[in-house]
Amino acid sequence: MKAECPVCDASINLQEGTVVGELLECPECGTELEVISLDPPKLNEAPQEEEDWGQ
Amino acid sequence: MKIGLLHSLIRKDEKFLIDELRSRKGIEIVLMDDREITFSLGNGSYDIDVVIERCINHSRALHALRLYESFGIKCINSYKVATICGDKLLTSVALAENKVPQPEVRVAFTEESALKAIEEMGYPVVLKPAVGSWGRLLSKINDKDAAEAILEHKTILGSYHHSIFYIQKYVEKSGRDIRSFIVGDNCIAAIYRTSPHWITNTARGGVASKCVVSDELNEISVKAAKAVGGGIVAIDLFETSNGLMVNEVNYTMEYKNSIDTTGVNIPQKMVDYVLKVVEGDNG
Repeated sequence: MKAECPVCDASINLQEGTVVGELLECPECGTELEVISLDPPKLNEAPQEEEDWGQ
Repeated sequence: MKIGLLHSLIRKDEKFLIDELRSRKGIEIVLMDDREITFSLGNGSYDIDVVIERCINHSRALHALRLYESFGIKCINSYKVATICGDKLLTSVALAENKVPQPEVRVAFTEESALKAIEEMGYPVVLKPAVGSWGRLLSKINDKDAAEAILEHKTILGSYHHSIFYIQKYVEKSGRDIRSFIVGDNCIAAIYRTSPHWITNTARGGVASKCVVSDELNEISVKAAKAVGGGIVAIDLFETSNGLMVNEVNYTMEYKNSIDTTGVNIPQKMVDYVLKVVEGDNG
């Protein structure tokens, strides 16, 4: 399954078992991306860190 | 068994857990994205045996846990653990009540009283937001000039939340601290976090290396975990001439860089624990 990087248009291979919400890095431009849909496969830039993010 | 995974973004930490859950027989995973869930108070009905909390947003985790527990669902970690660990002040109180060694901590509510407390403690001290993570907005204060400036800035520029002054005596840690991983009653692994900067969080560039779990480390870590309510937590500790001291306790522990480093299959231990807790409840 392939999806397009929304930043550099690179074609990115989504591995088996990928889930919606998963973070991945574009191998071409290095942008952190979020899988927002699997059918059809779609990626967005990942949200930026917010004040109460953490562990 | 139905296991709900409460999540925001699926980081490697969450993906490891999902993969581990998928590898087990008889488990159905329900992915619950905190950006999509809604709750109807008093009318909730969830066909879920347990919720594993893995949110990135502390506030969402905290409130969602309370809501799921109100519907009678077991949560790991519990609302109580999230409440205590999500607030450094509450964590320090729990540690003090349970006689777990920690650096000296003072709390004040005004610029003037905070400055007085800092002067009495002696420099350097570290000013931390009571609620905050990943080393954000930590201030190491080396002298009175810096103390006055930071306190004024926090009071005027920050939200009121930043005027609850949590002051910790600075501990000289020779470039590293320890993070231990607690699952139930066991310290399953530990790493050193090394950095030339005084903030050693891996989120801020600290480098992880394996730390052997000594009896002392195991004992203080488990004691600290129990002090905040138990479950699955990560403890940050300082090595001092007076022995180990607990700095912080984290309730949505991040471990993705620690599996290879420690050689311990951390998500496997986490899932084993969750299943044991649920089966214990049902048994």
